[in-house]
Amino acid sequence: MSSYYKPEDLPRFPEVGQGAPALWEKFNQWYGAVFQDGALSSREKALIALAVAHSEQCPYCIDSSTRSCLELGADLAQMTEAIQVAAALRAGITLVHGVQMKDVHDSISM
Amino acid sequence: MPRSLRAQGHPLATLDQQLRVLLPSGRFPPFEQSLSSHGLSPLTATGIDVLQLNLGKLCNQTCKHCHVDAGPDRTEVMTRETMEQCLRALEATEIPRVDLTGGAPELNPHFRWLVERVRALGRHVIDRCNLTILRVPRFRDLPAFLAEHRVEVVASLPSFLPRNTDAQRGDGVFDDSLAALRLLNDLGYGKEGSGLELHLVYNPVGAFPPPRQASIEADFRRELKARYDLVFNRLYVITNMPINRFLEFLLRSGQYEPYMNRLVSSFNPAAAEAVMCRTTLSVGWDGLLYDCDFNQQLELPTAPGVPSHIADFDPASLSRRPITTGLHCYGCTAGAGSGCGGQVVR
Repeated sequence: MSSYYKPEDLPRFPEVGQGAPALWEKFNQWYGAVFQDGALSSREKALIALAVAHSEQCPYCIDSSTRSCLELGADLAQMTEAIQVAAALRAGITLVHGVQMKDVHDSISM
Repeated sequence: MPRSLRAQGHPLATLDQQLRVLLPSGRFPPFEQSLSSHGLSPLTATGIDVLQLNLGKLCNQTCKHCHVDAGPDRTEVMTRETMEQCLRALEATEIPRVDLTGGAPELNPHFRWLVERVRALGRHVIDRCNLTILRVPRFRDLPAFLAEHRVEVVASLPSFLPRNTDAQRGDGVFDDSLAALRLLNDLGYGKEGSGLELHLVYNPVGAFPPPRQASIEADFRRELKARYDLVFNRLYVITNMPINRFLEFLLRSGQYEPYMNRLVSSFNPAAAEAVMCRTTLSVGWDGLLYDCDFNQQLELPTAPGVPSHIADFDPASLSRRPITTGLHCYGCTAGAGSGCGGQVVR
């Protein structure tokens, strides 16, 4: 196997349901409902999904979320700002753990 | 400015080559099969509400997605004689709407004469305008002419962002388009109560289907007003068709199969029932008849047994004609559907 991530695997996603079809069906219904227009528009939800896809670093999700954003009318500026939010959160999450580092440092230092 | 496929001598300029690409195969089900599986075959016309005249392939732009392969290097334009045949067809019927397209229809030397004659028959006229033509010096008085004759303007503008518009339509097109929209707004176009209709056309800037019309129309209305103080009536969302230069883009970028898969998997029988070809008759620059402007560019003629040229116009048979379909028709039936008046399923 040349790579664990292959583009042709994305359309094979439904095969994951073969072992537990009832659970797959529930997942599909719930997943579809989550992305419907609601208090947030479907475009806003696609932008959140794009940010999460980057944060989770999932190539499949980056591919499909990018397409969803474009199909729902988002532009490159909006999509870039969405992943900047993900990046800022990742940076902030790293830094805020510095409080733990500081606590440990202070507890064992003179 | 880029040249047309025809001027480049590109293989796709040969229609046989395009039709070979668009042949149904194991990859995509034939369009007829999708119609049949929903009881919609054969697809037939239900009347003629719109006579769409393609006044020629000559254009002042060379847009990357153009299904006509229009451009400054094209010379095919409708003659006055063919226009007279179209007028005779109108006189013999009560077809209410005449839709003028191209290329840039205004570049046809008989454009104004035709508009005046059609208006004298009391028919509504639509001008499919690329906007930048209104900025060409010798067309400076064209906006006033259009307003005087109450011509509905349907204008292409794929984005309220300069980069996206110029990427699809050419460098500098965005700025010229805004200036042209301002000329039209100043005449009352797009303004409530003026009776002068100004509709915009949105095509995706890439190999993906468009968003829902209502959603993107709200964005355009808000952004064009806030950024540039411009107004319009409606925004028509039109799917890019895998024909001519957009087909070339799909093949060159390796996106042909994914794009067609997306269209095929989004087949919507409600959109298929409402497709524009059922109420439109398309006339080519040379007078040949087609079911729509897309069939015209692929030179797929009207069905056997019905007239194939405007000189032989017969409203009775043409109003009930079977529609010629192909793989490209998935472009008009995906999702909320697509036509010259935008999405067909609300």
